[in-house]
Amino acid sequence: MKKQPGAKRHLVLVGNGMAGARLLEELLERGASDQFEITVFGDEPYGNYNRIMLSHVLAGEDGEESIYLNEIGWYAENGIELRSGVRVVDIDLPAKEVVGADGGRTAYDVVVIATGSSPHFPPMDGLRREDGSLLPGVSGFRSLDETRAMLEEARRYGTASTPAKAVVIGGGLLGLEAAKGLQNHGLDVSVIHSPAHLMNQQLDAEAGAVLRRSIEEAGISVVTGARTTGLTACTEKGRVSGVTLKDGRTFPADMVVVTAGIRPNTDVGVRAGLVVERGIVVDDQMRCVDQPLGDGDGGLGGHVFALGECAQHRGETYGLVAPLWEQATVLADVLTGADPDAAYHGSKTSTKLKVAGVDVASIGQSGPVHPEDEHVVFSDARRGLYQSVVVRDGRLVGATLLGDTRKTAALQQAFDRGLPLPEQRVELLFDLGAGGETSVEDLADDAQVCNCNGVTKGDICGAVAGGCSSVKGVMDATRAGKGCGSCKEVVGKLVEHAVAAGGGALTEDPSVHWYVPGVPLRKDELVAAIREQHLTSVSAVFAALAPGGAEDAKSKMGLTSLLRTLWPTEFVDERDARFINDRVHANIQRDGTFSVVPQMKGGVTTPDQLRRIADVADKYGVGMLKVTGGQRIDMLGVKKEDLPGVWADLDMPSGYAYGKSMRTVKTCVGTDYCRFGLGDSTALGIALEERFQGIETPAKLKLGVVGCPRNCAEAYVKDVGVVAIGNGKWEVYVGGAAGASVRKADLLATVDSPEAVIQLTGRFIQFYRTWGNWLERTYDFVPRLSIERVRLVLVEDSDGMCAQLDEEIDAACAAYRDPWKEREAPDAPGRFSAPALPLLPLPVVPRRPMGAPGGTPRDQLPVEIVMPNEEALMAGAQQ
Amino acid sequence: MTLTDTTSRTTTTAGVRVAALAEIPPGEGRAYVVQGAQVAVFHHRDGRVSAVDAVCPHSGGPLADGQIDSCVVICPLHLNTWDLRTGASTSGQAPVRVHGVAVVDAPDGPQVHVTPAR
Repeated sequence: MKKQPGAKRHLVLVGNGMAGARLLEELLERGASDQFEITVFGDEPYGNYNRIMLSHVLAGEDGEESIYLNEIGWYAENGIELRSGVRVVDIDLPAKEVVGADGGRTAYDVVVIATGSSPHFPPMDGLRREDGSLLPGVSGFRSLDETRAMLEEARRYGTASTPAKAVVIGGGLLGLEAAKGLQNHGLDVSVIHSPAHLMNQQLDAEAGAVLRRSIEEAGISVVTGARTTGLTACTEKGRVSGVTLKDGRTFPADMVVVTAGIRPNTDVGVRAGLVVERGIVVDDQMRCVDQPLGDGDGGLGGHVFALGECAQHRGETYGLVAPLWEQATVLADVLTGADPDAAYHGSKTSTKLKVAGVDVASIGQSGPVHPEDEHVVFSDARRGLYQSVVVRDGRLVGATLLGDTRKTAALQQAFDRGLPLPEQRVELLFDLGAGGETSVEDLADDAQVCNCNGVTKGDICGAVAGGCSSVKGVMDATRAGKGCGSCKEVVGKLVEHAVAAGGGALTEDPSVHWYVPGVPLRKDELVAAIREQHLTSVSAVFAALAPGGAEDAKSKMGLTSLLRTLWPTEFVDERDARFINDRVHANIQRDGTFSVVPQMKGGVTTPDQLRRIADVADKYGVGMLKVTGGQRIDMLGVKKEDLPGVWADLDMPSGYAYGKSMRTVKTCVGTDYCRFGLGDSTALGIALEERFQGIETPAKLKLGVVGCPRNCAEAYVKDVGVVAIGNGKWEVYVGGAAGASVRKADLLATVDSPEAVIQLTGRFIQFYRTWGNWLERTYDFVPRLSIERVRLVLVEDSDGMCAQLDEEIDAACAAYRDPWKEREAPDAPGRFSAPALPLLPLPVVPRRPMGAPGGTPRDQLPVEIVMPNEEALMAGAQQ
Repeated sequence: MTLTDTTSRTTTTAGVRVAALAEIPPGEGRAYVVQGAQVAVFHHRDGRVSAVDAVCPHSGGPLADGQIDSCVVICPLHLNTWDLRTGASTSGQAPVRVHGVAVVDAPDGPQVHVTPAR
């Protein structure tokens, strides 16, 4: 490192987890970038993420992308050097250098250790293979990589017809979260816990028993007081097959998750010669404790600090997030000199969580410790309720709430501040006489409501005073409720209270009812205005109907779709109003390349088409050829500038795998070859696809036609599904899905000819186009209106609109033009030329070995496995 | 404010010429490498131009392919948004840098010049 006189000091942070991240944020807030060059070493190859949220990712409630606190780009933006994926193995105190696993040495002026902790794997026979790695199928639950691995296994094993079995070893907080998450993926889950009751760290035996009952009622088996002594492996598959308990009992397992506690990561401290007990010992300023280094040596000289789960302060190590925030604040004050005397005095621990669907709050002591401690308990196991308080010398020293946690905020206040308690202790748990639950009014202004983001009642009231009157507005303004989300209810009540106290009324963010965010109108109002004022372009709609005529990028796609529906021929196309996929008629992928899906009506193709696809794939170095779920061939990894060439050489229409439009009609083989076929599903599928190709709809639309109720093409889970039932009859189903949601479609009608199927399908599609909200799939649209209502309107013509719907869909179908015919005369110069830029290096993606299936014959071409990210796009677009 | 008003075009040569304004369709963006920086230049419908980093800091998405209005660009990959005036993310992501951009009159029509932010 070059160093000049007067240059900034170099701060090296070892560890890029939640403690490290929080410290960085606190440092930046105090202007540390003027004092320090900052380098961060992170073991994991990511930015930093909220580890608490891994449970939500496992449970399928949140995507990975939502858990990041700071992405990799954030570091550069803040002038911080991030060395992700580099493990620090030693700190050379005399030389003041940290040593990486790669042997590289980095000089520091100040070093902070925030290495966190690792899952503890208790000794068990067969846990590891000879090379020391875990037996396949066995995992901890601590990192994003472990969560990903568990998800992959859960998906793989959870979809079998016989539920796969998962065993979670350890019935603490994390274990129960893991169990619930795996159960969400269809696994049959057992929790094996060595102590006598669940969550023994936070709960007493009685509360543990109540929790156990709730967990078991949720369908998770629980075994307590049972130590796991060994794992068995299936020699054939080379992975775990079961667990063995000390008492000889065995449990079969397709996967095992070990959540038997955490151990502070102290290796670096030990190797560096710091004082390490359970954790790296620190003083009240998070300074590591000096170890004599030899005569006359200044020792650490106050250059070495530690915080978070790897640190031990006054004999305590912490495994919760709140203490870590407090430590980061103190350390940032000390390091920047903002408050050289700042000191950390330890944290009182409390937890408020939803554990496997059960509300749990635990504050301080779980039960009486001294003989004179008062212990008030209310328990109703049948209802899953347990509440207790521990009082010592008239002060609250502990509380446990299970199943009903409404009293948490008030109890937390009493605990934190040592407030005087009511003479009738039971009033701590129940409002006697007065009625009603403890109001948020009782909270002090500096009471922290959102522990994840450190938001106080005062912050929330301040946001309301500043003009926010909706819960969403306050959450956006303060970040309250945007961490683990457990405080959302309290935030809601506080906003309600603060708004009322200010003499106002709670508002709902009105935009939730608008068709698009930039035009404050419901869909029916918007349609009426567009028709009345004859607005035929997106910019005209903004000019006429948006506040101040302001354009809103997020509204453009929805408006384009709606205008096309309303004005099949008069619509004025503005290309920039279209999403990139619709501008270039291909599906953008995460590396900026595109995927091309040629049309194959009904999934039927010809040798000639296949040859052309193969030739084009060769010519343009297509990264991967993939048969899609809709029975089409996806050509992935096409450069934008190659798109016109690809389409010209293919000379096939677009298969619409990218738009909010009719995509595919999946079919089975019907009557030509199938022994059981009752109707020619292939011919009908082709006819449907020909008629409705390219029709814009509020969200993507997928159809399926099957020749018999065996349902080989999955018509029961399509937006429109058609099933041949014999005697020339066809059932038409609507509102099905087998994507992020799974819903069996509702039977709309049974008709007696393919022509009637086509007419009814068209009528339904036009009805959905007219009344569906933007991005509302039919699986939400049909239940919203109810199938009975849809049937009345479309089959019995109760509203007299069938003829109009038929006419409108006819006009829309007649207006169809193959969008790729314009390739020879693109609307804009350079439409397909730029950008051929080197984009950011992608996350590590597994590459297939050369010549592997899916690869092209081009010898040297590395083939990237890229999943179509359409679902991610949809999820994002749903906001 | 880096949204340059083309009605008051400068005649001095500021920054590096990247394209003729006519090469960027109104309402769209194009990406260029300028002195090593990957820059997305947007030609707004009202004639103004703006420029930010071409790569979204969230997942490396091509911002030049995103949709824009007068002050926001939407990344086409995950629909995160950035304010083109400040570079700040309006969807909780890291900011992008805003680059200097000017439209300069030339005999063959207005030209877009970019001065990369340091």
